[in-house]
Amino acid sequence: MSGVGYFDILKLAMPETIVALAALVVLFIDLGIMRPAEGKFRRMIAALVTGTSCLVAIFWMHQVQQETAPGFLSGLLVVDPLTQLVKQGVLVLTLFTAWISIDSTFTDHTGEYFALLLLATVGMMFLVSAENLLMIFISLELLSLSLYILTAFNKRNLRSAEAALKYFLFGGMAAAFTLFGLSLLYGLTGSIELRPIAAALKGKGLDPALAAAIVMTVIGFGFKIAAVPFHLWAPDAYEGAPTPSAALIASGSKVASFFILGKVMMLGFAGAEGNGAWRAFASGWVPLLAVIAVFSMLLGNLAAIAQSNVKRLLAYSAIAHGGYALLAVLTDNLQGVAALIYYVVTYALTVLGAFGVVSVVEERAGEARFSDFAGLSRRAPLLSFCMMIFMLSLAGIPPLAGFFGKFYVFTAAVNAQAKNLGLLWLVIFAIAMSAVSLYYYLQVLKQIYVAESSTRTPVIKASAPLQAGIVLVAAGVLALGCAPNLVVGALSAAIKAAGF
Amino acid sequence: MLGWTIYISFLGVAVLTLLPRHNARAARVVALLTALTGFTVALVGTLKADAGLNTFCDVSWVPALGIHYHLAADGISLTLVLLTGIAAVAGILFSWNIEQRAKEFFAFYLTLIGGVYGVFLSFDLFLLFVFYELAIIPKYFLIAIWGSTRKEYGAMKLALYSFVGSAMVLIGIIAAYVVAGAKTMSLIELAQYPFPEHFQYWAFPLVFVGFAILAGLWPFHTWAPTGHVAAPTAASMLLAGVVMKLGAYGSFRVAMTLFPLGAKAWQMPFATLAVIGIVYGAMVALTQKDFKFVIGYSSVSHMGFVLLGLMTLNEIGFTDRAHTRELEVLEGMDLTKALPFAAGTFVVASAASMGLPGFSGFVAELQVLIGAWRSFPTMTVCAGIGILIGVAYTLRVLQKAFFGEVAAEVNPRQTESAALSRAQPHGLEPISGPERIGAVILMAATLVIGLYPRLLLDLIAPSLNSPLFEGLRRAGAL
Repeated sequence: MSGVGYFDILKLAMPETIVALAALVVLFIDLGIMRPAEGKFRRMIAALVTGTSCLVAIFWMHQVQQETAPGFLSGLLVVDPLTQLVKQGVLVLTLFTAWISIDSTFTDHTGEYFALLLLATVGMMFLVSAENLLMIFISLELLSLSLYILTAFNKRNLRSAEAALKYFLFGGMAAAFTLFGLSLLYGLTGSIELRPIAAALKGKGLDPALAAAIVMTVIGFGFKIAAVPFHLWAPDAYEGAPTPSAALIASGSKVASFFILGKVMMLGFAGAEGNGAWRAFASGWVPLLAVIAVFSMLLGNLAAIAQSNVKRLLAYSAIAHGGYALLAVLTDNLQGVAALIYYVVTYALTVLGAFGVVSVVEERAGEARFSDFAGLSRRAPLLSFCMMIFMLSLAGIPPLAGFFGKFYVFTAAVNAQAKNLGLLWLVIFAIAMSAVSLYYYLQVLKQIYVAESSTRTPVIKASAPLQAGIVLVAAGVLALGCAPNLVVGALSAAIKAAGF
Repeated sequence: MLGWTIYISFLGVAVLTLLPRHNARAARVVALLTALTGFTVALVGTLKADAGLNTFCDVSWVPALGIHYHLAADGISLTLVLLTGIAAVAGILFSWNIEQRAKEFFAFYLTLIGGVYGVFLSFDLFLLFVFYELAIIPKYFLIAIWGSTRKEYGAMKLALYSFVGSAMVLIGIIAAYVVAGAKTMSLIELAQYPFPEHFQYWAFPLVFVGFAILAGLWPFHTWAPTGHVAAPTAASMLLAGVVMKLGAYGSFRVAMTLFPLGAKAWQMPFATLAVIGIVYGAMVALTQKDFKFVIGYSSVSHMGFVLLGLMTLNEIGFTDRAHTRELEVLEGMDLTKALPFAAGTFVVASAASMGLPGFSGFVAELQVLIGAWRSFPTMTVCAGIGILIGVAYTLRVLQKAFFGEVAAEVNPRQTESAALSRAQPHGLEPISGPERIGAVILMAATLVIGLYPRLLLDLIAPSLNSPLFEGLRRAGAL
């Protein structure tokens, strides 16, 4: 730690600092000045501050290209092109989450809501930057606690409280597992930094304590990414939480969690991979994740078929998508990391847009059942078109971002063991499951485009700014699908530089 | 130049979305203009093209994965692009009466057309797959929104069958890409890569069947009858005339070109399936009461010929595969309108369909049978029987619908749907001017190709000598 002043640290953590300060500013403005103003105006101002802080932070990272030396601050804060890029992705997602919140009337506590949104974002950003077990745990908790409160934010709705309690109880349990796993890891290696841990584990083989550490850690993260069998909270949380909160759980939080999962596995447990190839299984974290991925894809897709509420459907589809993304983690190579980031970021963007449309419908209809979407294309053509883009992207139809994401992940997975096509079985399973998924996404679109609306349903009109936000997300999904190189090029370069 | 067929179609979609919502007339005109321009471009492009491979556009798309945006055309692509152009124009003329949500109808329609053009012109596997999937989704909406009998069921079945097929193709593509070193997606470069034999043995059937599902390969054909029955006229025409060709084209362009050894090994099983399809489709068509079911099953039977042509693995057989059957397009016309003009049209179409000399159907089937005789005589005889049954059901339908008593028999579909109490008013509207024009265009094309087949054969044959088919030639196929 010698030679590092507080000023240097502040400079390195400037984006996080900006966002954290913005949380305070939002609180201050809303509580101090805006109290008597009208609800809509308050939300606009708060969202504006939130969005601006995200933009400033992105701009800062873009302008001030910093990099930390390896081992700097024991990996508490790793700043390199890759983490910067992922953080920018997270910030964009937060920006849009704030954007789609401006029409939501579920709470009067506008300031607190946006402040929590920003605090959760700070948690994500530190999580992305961490290569140190302590820091990982702390930022994970900051993120989780903010999300629990955001889930419970609709005080008028019993479901919201129930969802939050479920989320909290499961989350608390999972945190305990994570902590247990991490402490075992520390005990085994005497270090809390990922790279030294891997160095210490090298050549030791898979002893029972290490196996326990791996399993515990995976349980903890599996909860965050809602992988089967740690997914039970997800459908209720998605359904009960206020829609913008659910959007954050599904988007930004997923990106950060997947990134850190990939990092812990690939960096921390390097040397304990095992083998997930067909008929060549060897124990380690790769086959463990492979099994989890298979069950996530299976259960997520099959259970989604039975849903009649769009938010629950999105929850199960999120479980399935978690399964696909796990394929990218278990490739255990650079291309896999690039594919993982591309996949989760585009997925998050898509699902965020979908939640935006859902929130508009929910605001008018009170719920998000299939029947509330019936005939939407005649009531709100623009929003329906956006929803079509989001649903088809989730189903993996080109030329949308979701298709290229899946293609990238699957290619990386097959390519990981190119000699014997060892992971092809997983990819075949994933592709088969994604064929299943088209069915339920089309069910939603069928309601929107084919079904006739019942007579009393009103014309749905979102406010202009909200509509603009959703259209912007849809345009992004389309653009990323048509020109994937916008992200893939930068990503590949950053990953090479990061020496993952 | 030919790439503009794709862009124009999508441009048309963009213009359509900007139109006011209730102006059906404007939507029609825009759609027709788009399709006409697309067809003109296709025609001019074909006339200008060389005998070999014409590349219009080849830029790096995703360098990290070696994906290129590569549009090109050889004789096979050219014929199919031309056919698509004709069918697109005719389809719009046949949909002239659509008033309900006309703007959306034509937007989905042109998206489908653009995707189909794209498939025929792509020489990069990734790009080809993108366009192929792009063509699936509009079909769902076209049938589910504007269709009739059990439309939602038919549409979903069609979409899921197509998607399962393309999932199989995707597996094959990714595996082939990785095995070849994960450096390129170019069809031309991959075609020259010697894939290991054991790999071809399982990759070929995967990709072949994946595409052939869309071509109605027995026993994966069940989407076709329900789809045809449910689809609105124009969509049904496109299904039979263009979309099913997409499947056959993919089977040939991707599966057989990349995995010639696999094709050789699987020749017999797939030829058998194709012959079963021919005979089965014809026999089932013979017993149908519903007119559109007859069309649906006959299209299965006809596509059996195309697939059989492919599996002959020799040149004569291949030339047929692109040797298209506009008559199927024609058959898709809504024949529930039992009116003089429709009768005349249908007589021509069914004459062509039965394979009477002088129509394109005759030449095409003859080509396949000659090709097939060399490879497997027994099956050729069975396929010949299929033609006979084809004559039988066509005559039966003709007789019942147009020369029979004006009783309940004339329009069995009407009584059926009445019995099912579907809210489907089937008034005997007179055939409109645009529909007449559309039918004439199709009939003319059928006749021209039938009387002068060299027009297409000359286009197709040289492209089989290109280095693209080196593998197939080496496998002793060509």
